[in-house]
Amino acid sequence: MTRMRQNRITSRFESLKQEGRAGLITYIMAGDPDVETAFEILKGLPAAGADLIELGFPFSDPMAEGPPIQRAALRALKAGMTLRGTLDLVRRFRVNDQTTPIILMGYTNPVLTYGFGPFAADAAAAGVDGLIIVDSPPEEAAELSDALDVAGISLIRLTAPTTDDKRLETVVKRTSGFVYYVSVAGVTGVKEADAATVAPAVARVRKASNLPVAVGFGIKTPERAAAVARVADAVVVGSALVEEIASAAATDSLAAPKVLASVAALAKAVRLARLDVSVT
Amino acid sequence: MNAQSPNDYSAYPDANGRFGDYGGRYVAETLMPLVLDLGQAYEDAKNDSAFHAEMSGYMTHYVGRPSPLYFAERLTQHFGGAKIYFKRDELNHTGAHKINNCIGQILLARRMGKTRIIAETGAGQHGVATATVCARFGYPCIVYMGATDVERQKPNVFRMNLLGAEVRPVTSGTGTLKDAMNEAMRDWVTNVDDTYYIIGTAAGPHPYPAMVRDFQSVIGIEARAQMMEREGRLPDAIVACIGGGSNAIGLFHPFLADENVRLIGVEAAGHGLSTGQHAASLTGGRPGVLHGNKTYLLQDDDGQIIDAHSISAGLDYPGIGPEHSWLHDVGRAQYVSATDQEALDAFQLCSQLEGIIPALEPAHALARVGDVAKELGKDGIVLMNLCGRGDKDIFTVAEALGSRL
Repeated sequence: MTRMRQNRITSRFESLKQEGRAGLITYIMAGDPDVETAFEILKGLPAAGADLIELGFPFSDPMAEGPPIQRAALRALKAGMTLRGTLDLVRRFRVNDQTTPIILMGYTNPVLTYGFGPFAADAAAAGVDGLIIVDSPPEEAAELSDALDVAGISLIRLTAPTTDDKRLETVVKRTSGFVYYVSVAGVTGVKEADAATVAPAVARVRKASNLPVAVGFGIKTPERAAAVARVADAVVVGSALVEEIASAAATDSLAAPKVLASVAALAKAVRLARLDVSVT
Repeated sequence: MNAQSPNDYSAYPDANGRFGDYGGRYVAETLMPLVLDLGQAYEDAKNDSAFHAEMSGYMTHYVGRPSPLYFAERLTQHFGGAKIYFKRDELNHTGAHKINNCIGQILLARRMGKTRIIAETGAGQHGVATATVCARFGYPCIVYMGATDVERQKPNVFRMNLLGAEVRPVTSGTGTLKDAMNEAMRDWVTNVDDTYYIIGTAAGPHPYPAMVRDFQSVIGIEARAQMMEREGRLPDAIVACIGGGSNAIGLFHPFLADENVRLIGVEAAGHGLSTGQHAASLTGGRPGVLHGNKTYLLQDDDGQIIDAHSISAGLDYPGIGPEHSWLHDVGRAQYVSATDQEALDAFQLCSQLEGIIPALEPAHALARVGDVAKELGKDGIVLMNLCGRGDKDIFTVAEALGSRL
């Protein structure tokens, strides 16, 4: 059982490799703008072309997020979303999808409050494959890592432009699944990643780790996603989708079809990215 | 509680920035190298006598240290118990203890070659102190302040502007001090090359809690020597108010090894602990992680941070410095609380009996000093840190007392 869960991320990256393309990782916030709409979007993501799913769980003080995801967290909290509620969404998702990896993303305090051991066990039972905790650098993560290891959940680490080669060794040490390269020094969804710096940065991470490298922060359009997909193993898009949910919610229009159409456009761009390269 | 009492309190934090289980460095990876760099730079400065000499010069000639130790004779008579002394840190330049820390950090920022300063502020005292040192040392300064605080603390916003600082109102989250701190962290993570973040309290990722404590320890070091000179002995109890806890840890730290000196921190009980509208993280919270450190926090069952409430904007913070959490658990310090109303009463009492208008923050400490003085009796000595003056609070107090200015 443990092995199978562990392998959802690994096998997805293996099949991406066979297809010769990068993966698309989409981020949405659990409970944004409300529980059922979030579930409808979540359910539709694989068919729309998301290869892996990052599901945010809300925190009142998201230190590393830009305004779009900050507001998403507030909407989710207002809708009554919790870390337990986030696991419920994953459980419901797993009824019909046993293959798409789900990675939860958020901050330390809700997980600490839940208890690392109980959280890891419940998350694994719900069908969670990986966890990203933004404010848990390796220096503080030993206890959490132990709990996740027992449950067979990957702890996925962020590396940043400020992470030098020496530190990179520490950062990738106790990690599995993939490495998430934060392509800009900054918060989510504000600065646009500089395409020229992404390729050497990905190469640098690959030198330190054998794991696939996903690139995120500041990737908003299919064009940018395609550019990153040429050099990375996966592209993460978050704030742009979250903004669409926000505007749909604000105008009372249906968020799910709109967001899923955007995901489809991103997926298409990511799938064609390397073909474009070979054509030109 | 079950934590073991250490033999040497001054040996903390450990190399990982831990005070027992508290403290640490819970920051995003982008900031981690910067936080580690800062730790190294601070260690180097700490071991450099030239740094201390320079700091000491500014403390004397710019801040106006040492601050006096004052025997509050009429308050002593009023309570009829132990002798009450005030450490007069409200007489510092800018009117509070906040400047002690800002002098230290601006000198460190200069040493590190940083060219841009950011800070968070609640009531505006730390913002004013930061704007002051930035003016003095010629740095551009950006102060993040909750939008609601900007509205209710206009005089301090104007002061910061006069000093050349840009005040950025923070509307994210609930627009309070904790959100201002989040926003300052977001600025820092975005401007990693040139920016130095002057945190105003003994909280945040390591090395901030230790560094701010060290810079504020001048309060306790002076008070200890002054008390020996005046009374020939140490006080029986020392009392300070606690928001994040920088003035309290500055007073307490030099007394930690003096096991006969009781350390008493006073948190803000707001409308009362039972109402849920307060800022007493130790009394009414539980351990968690926020703003880069593990410490006691006001939070709900899901680990979401709850907004604090206090009439004193300087205590209106849902967390507390990690060293206090540890001193609380090992039992070396005792933490009590005072309500808005008790602080207002003490504020007026001090104004009328001593001719000193205290800030609402130390008015919370004063609200408990009477109890302590009575408990100790006439042979006792209690020392309180009067960490700020009350000019900034006259509008708040007037409103609370039902008069309009």
